[in-house]
Amino acid sequence: MINPDSVGRTFAGADSVTVSQSEIDAFCAVISETNTTVAPPTFSIRISLSQYESILTQPEIGVDWTRLVHGDQKFEIFRPIVAGDVFKCSATIETLRVAAGNEIISVRSDLHNGSELVVSSWSTLVVRA
Amino acid sequence: MIEVGTVLDERVFYLDRAMLKAYADASGDQNPIHQSEEFALSVGLPNVIAHGMLTMALVGKYVTDWAGGAAAVKEFSARFIKPVIVPADQQVDLTVSATVLEVDGDRISINLSATSAGIKVLGMAKAVVIK
Repeated sequence: MINPDSVGRTFAGADSVTVSQSEIDAFCAVISETNTTVAPPTFSIRISLSQYESILTQPEIGVDWTRLVHGDQKFEIFRPIVAGDVFKCSATIETLRVAAGNEIISVRSDLHNGSELVVSSWSTLVVRA
Repeated sequence: MIEVGTVLDERVFYLDRAMLKAYADASGDQNPIHQSEEFALSVGLPNVIAHGMLTMALVGKYVTDWAGGAAAVKEFSARFIKPVIVPADQQVDLTVSATVLEVDGDRISINLSATSAGIKVLGMAKAVVIK
């Protein structure tokens, strides 16, 4: 079970994740995007998902990553990500509810480069019963 | 002329196992349900399924191309309602289309439709672009 006390709290992720051009190139290649000067709109999931995994599986929160299904996803992109961006990441557990034994959590991820908020994203993650 | 109700051209993307592997490497999501048939079947799936976020990335490519570049995409959201099933040695379709929902100056909201093998795979899919 997810610790209900974690709802409403913001957890700091890695202090710095640096985006490389080769990561952007690889993501673009999958979707046949030839303009690699900026990252595609969903690129930030590469950062957010690994941050979620390291934050949400901590014992004090208790998400079982092996039972996880992605329910929905939203991005608000203030400017496109580019190579050389250095991000500080955070995850906020906004809501937790249980339906038919499944735990449904809504998590928000903010990526800041210095004081600039570059991308906010929201993920609904379902931990199957 | 872009106005509310304008229907954008349909486009078909194709997915195969090689694309799923490439996406796993590019995204860091190495969940075996996207690569191993044996594992997918063992957890009750009909076959290997595409990452929901790969589906969303391809729909994002549709939006980006229409908007004139990734920098024009301001908001993008979708619900993963059905998996895209990717059998071995096959290419499966992802058919994408869109309708203009709202025009506010240069800010345009579109409602996206995405199906695979005739089944709707994304729900409530929307994007906001500056065009």
